[in-house]
Amino acid sequence: MNTTRRCFLKLASIAALGWGGVRPAAQVLASGGAAPSEGLLFASRHAVHAGPHALTAKRWAMVIDTRALTSEIIKDMVEVCHRIHNVPDIPTKQNIKWIWETHFENLFLDDVHEHLPADHPQIGVALCNHCDNPPCVRVCPTKATFQREDGIVMMDFHRCIGCRYCMAGCPYGSRSFNFMDPRPYIAKITPEFPTRTKGVVEKCEFCAERLAEGKLPACVEVSRGAVVFGDLADPESPVRKALASRYSIRRSPTLGTQPCVYYLV
Amino acid sequence: MYDKGKILTGLAVFVVFMTYPFWNNIGRAAYVKPELEKPRMAKECVENVEYMRAEHMAMLNEWRDEVVRNGMHEYHSSFTHQTYAKSLTKTCLKCHENKDKFCDKCHTSVAVSPYCWDCHVDPKGVKQ
Repeated sequence: MNTTRRCFLKLASIAALGWGGVRPAAQVLASGGAAPSEGLLFASRHAVHAGPHALTAKRWAMVIDTRALTSEIIKDMVEVCHRIHNVPDIPTKQNIKWIWETHFENLFLDDVHEHLPADHPQIGVALCNHCDNPPCVRVCPTKATFQREDGIVMMDFHRCIGCRYCMAGCPYGSRSFNFMDPRPYIAKITPEFPTRTKGVVEKCEFCAERLAEGKLPACVEVSRGAVVFGDLADPESPVRKALASRYSIRRSPTLGTQPCVYYLV
Repeated sequence: MYDKGKILTGLAVFVVFMTYPFWNNIGRAAYVKPELEKPRMAKECVENVEYMRAEHMAMLNEWRDEVVRNGMHEYHSSFTHQTYAKSLTKTCLKCHENKDKFCDKCHTSVAVSPYCWDCHVDPKGVKQ
């Protein structure tokens, strides 16, 4: 075909016009999902139906008192969580964890320096932050991980194909991959909760299955008051009262993930 | 017809292989519906028997999606007018206590292997 310069310029300008129209639509579809109305396709939120006994909230959040936490309490929290959710204990680097004890400086990379008072907490507890802007949800190609309207970042284990994009996306290391069949490594299987299979990613779900029955998350129940859980949107909720009472920090807030697990310092 | 011999031989071989399942089964006993263990405690299921027999797999898939993705944990049955928890372990297996004598019986005889039990737990099968 004999293309003249005039023809080429005509085509190029039409294409540019077309792209200009398409782009805003693409932005709407792929937007971050920081507000429920944003993101029609990629980071939209799932409405949650609440049963008659369910605990409900506009935005679930957790507040952890780093000064009240002891290694013993954390051990109880980890034990109960991993027991009721059939989390295996694999004695290698391929272990699975939903909630775990870690050093203070591993929790707060940006906030710890060498001149802190001697009595500052040395340990803390880490779990999924149930971010307002969860990177794991944005990168999941099958929507196996998704965000509910009440803020809980859920896993649909049935849909997970084990691509581990979410693990790359999560800056907090909150997700674990099943490199092998977990069942042989579960000390005592709790029949009420499913186990996982090889090739599936798993993480904390803020005990969504317990909230549906009207119970608080299991770790909160055994925390002896060191962890409170409630509705961030309700000024009278225990989390808002705890946040109003003391100074609090979140893990790596500069990343823009908007974590909803707060640490009182 | 060119290559008559080759074509006819080929056709004959094809027909023999295609009909293998039919003539191989001549004289064998007909398929017998497996005898299932009925629940001792309950008289009726969440829906009528015919519906459950035909649609339980679709129903379980629906339950799965509704519970996990929409947080709808309750099933309102128009058959018994009762509410049930949408749960394999907590509802189905409560009455059908023996997975081996209920689920597996049919699944084995029709050679399907649903992967429910790769994750979901049969309380009877929990061994220490």
